[in-house]
Amino acid sequence: MISELMRIVRLGIKSLLLHKLRSFLTMLGLLFGVAAVIGMLAIGEGASFEALQRIKALGSTNIIIRSQKPPQTQESTSADVFNAVSYGLTYRDADRIASVVREAELVVQVREKPAEMRQGPYWVSSIVLGTEPEFLRVSNMRMREGRWLTPTDLVRQKNVAVLGATLAETLFPLDDPLDQTVRVDADRYRVVGVLDELGRASGSVGPPLDACMFIPLTTSRARFGDETTTTSGGSFSRERVELHEIRVRLREIDQVIPAANVLRTLIDDAHRSQNDVVITVPLELLREAEESKRLWNFMLGCMAGISLLVGGIGIMNVMLATVTERTREIGIRRALGAKKSHIVRQFVVETGVLSAIGGLAGVGVGIGFPFLIERLFGKPTITLPEHVILAFGISAAVGVAFGIYPAWRAANMDPVEALRHE
Amino acid sequence: MTETREVIAEFVGVERHYEMGTTIVRALDGVSVRIRRGEYIAIMGRSGSGKSTMLNLLGCLDRPTAGEYVLGGKRVSELSDDELSVLRGKTIGFIFQSFNLIPQLTVLENLEVPLFYQGRVGAESRRKAEQLATRVGLDGRLDHKPMELSGGQQQRVAIARALMNDPLFLLADEATGNLDSRTEAEILSLLDELHGEGVTVVMVTHNERVARHAERTIWLRDGKVERIVENLDRVDTYTGGAHSGVAQPSVGAAGEEAR
Repeated sequence: MISELMRIVRLGIKSLLLHKLRSFLTMLGLLFGVAAVIGMLAIGEGASFEALQRIKALGSTNIIIRSQKPPQTQESTSADVFNAVSYGLTYRDADRIASVVREAELVVQVREKPAEMRQGPYWVSSIVLGTEPEFLRVSNMRMREGRWLTPTDLVRQKNVAVLGATLAETLFPLDDPLDQTVRVDADRYRVVGVLDELGRASGSVGPPLDACMFIPLTTSRARFGDETTTTSGGSFSRERVELHEIRVRLREIDQVIPAANVLRTLIDDAHRSQNDVVITVPLELLREAEESKRLWNFMLGCMAGISLLVGGIGIMNVMLATVTERTREIGIRRALGAKKSHIVRQFVVETGVLSAIGGLAGVGVGIGFPFLIERLFGKPTITLPEHVILAFGISAAVGVAFGIYPAWRAANMDPVEALRHE
Repeated sequence: MTETREVIAEFVGVERHYEMGTTIVRALDGVSVRIRRGEYIAIMGRSGSGKSTMLNLLGCLDRPTAGEYVLGGKRVSELSDDELSVLRGKTIGFIFQSFNLIPQLTVLENLEVPLFYQGRVGAESRRKAEQLATRVGLDGRLDHKPMELSGGQQQRVAIARALMNDPLFLLADEATGNLDSRTEAEILSLLDELHGEGVTVVMVTHNERVARHAERTIWLRDGKVERIVENLDRVDTYTGGAHSGVAQPSVGAAGEEAR
C-alpha cells in the first residue's frame, strides 16, 4: 500500500516535470498565498504583541487618572495673565479616592514638573516626577542599582533622586551616577538609585518614565509649589495644578471595571464635568486591543482565504488543461485495467504533490519574509508555529479540493473516446 | 481447425447502436462469433463496417446494446464499470496502431502499468517486464523513454506490455498501420511467433496482406458478419519461415499453461 502510494507520488512528480514551467507557475500561486498568510499574521502578531505589551506594562489592575488642561481655558485671554489657571486633580481627590474606593490596594499621587537637569557639563530638559514609594509597584518598574524612594525621604522632604535609565545615561555617560548630584534650578539632589529600562512600554500614558527624574512627592511640593509659569512665544501663563496623576491599583482584576465606574462618577461630581481629568483603564484598553486583534486576524484570515482560493482556482485551471491534454493517456490506462478510482487517485495525488510543494516553498518564504521586515523596517514580527501549520494545511486542502473536479472529469471519460483523442 | 479448443470469448447476436441525433446507427447488427484458445483471427472490413465497434466490444471498452458477450466465462453486460475494468485488465492485451505508450514513463514503467492496476507491484512485475522485454527483443532499453525508440521498437514495447497480464488474447488494432513495410514484417513475424507459442491473437485490420497471417478472417459488412474465411494460403513466419523449430523462451506460452 505504502509502496503503491510512493509509486503514484513518484509518477505524479514525473508527470508534473513534463511541464516544468507550468507546474512552477501553478505552485507560485500557492507559494505566495501561503507566504502572504504567514507573513501577514507574523506582522499582525508582532504589532499587536507590542501594543498589548505597552498596555500590560501599565498594569491590568491599575487605573490611571491624569489631569489635563480643559479645552475652554486653552486660549487664555489677557485678563487671565495675572490669575493662575487652576485645573486638574487635587490632594482632596486623592483622599476621596482612597476612602471611597475600598478595593484599592494602592493610591499613588504624582506631580510632574518640567525642568532642566544639570550635571557637570551635561544638561537635559525633562520632567521631575514627584511621587510616593508605592509608585515603583504600580508602574511595574525595577531598580537597576541603588534604592528607591523611602517613606523617610518623604517625611524629611529629602533632596534625593532616582533616575530613569535613559536620563542616567544622558547625565552620566561615563560615571556611576550613585551618590553624585544633579542640579535642578538652584537645588541639588543626591542620586540614590537608577531604574531599569522600561523600553517600548515607557510613556504610553503620561511622561516617558525612562527619561524622568523621581523625587519624593513632598520635596516636589516644597521646591516647586503648585503653580507653574510657562513662557511661550512672548506671553506667559500660570497654571495651578496640585496633582498631575493618581494611580490606583486594585487587588483583583474583577474589581477594575466597577471601580473605574465609581471613579468616573466621583471625578465628574468633584470636577463638575470640567473635562480636566482623563481616566485611563488599561484593562479596557487591553480588551479593546484584543478585540481589534481578533478583528485583524479575522480580516487577515479572509484575505488569506481569498489568496489561497485564487491559488486553488489556478490549480484547477491547470489540472483541467492537463486532463484534456492527457486524455489519451487516461484512455490507455483505462484500457490496461485502471478503474475510475485509479484515475481519480492519480490526478488528486498530482494536484496534492503540486500544492504540497507550493505550500512548503510558501512556508519557507513566509518564515523568511518577517525576518526581512524586521531587518528593513524594524517592526517586530512573531511567527507562530500554529499559523505556519494553518497556512500549509489550508493550501494543501485547497489544492486537493480543487484537484478533485478535474480528476473526476478524467475518470469519467469514455475510454473509447479517450483512446481516439488526438 | 480443431473445434475442440476451449472457447474463451463469444459474441451471441451482439448489437451495438449509436444515436446520431434522431437516427439510430446500427454499428453492429447481430454478430455471433467464437474465439477459441490459441486461435489467430483477423477481423476485416471497409471503414464503417463495424470493425472498430467490434474491437471496442471485444476489448470491454464498450458494452453491447443487445446480445451477449461472454468473456472468460463472464457476461460483460452484467458487470459494473469497476468489474469491467478488472476483467479488461486481466484478460485483454491491447496493441494499438499508434503504440499508445505513456510518454513520460520509461519502457520498464510502461510495462509495469497493467500489473500495477492489479495491485501487483515490485520485484515480480519488474522481473516479468525484463523477461518480456528480452522476449520481444528490447534488451537494454528498459530505461529509455518511448520517444527515444523507433516505431518498431515502440510497438515491441506495446506487445510486451500486452503480454504482461497473461491475457486470454491479444487484441491488435491495425498494429502495423503506422510502420514501414519492413518493420511491419518484423512485427507480424513477432506476432506469428507468439501465436506459435500458443498466444491467442485477434487483429483488426483493413490490410489483406496483414490479415493473411491469421488462420481465419472474419469479414464484416454493414455491422454484420459477411463471411468467415479459413486462410489456406496463410503466411506463417513461425512454422514456415526461418524461425521454425527454434525453441524460444516462451513467456506467453508458459503463461497459457499455468492457467
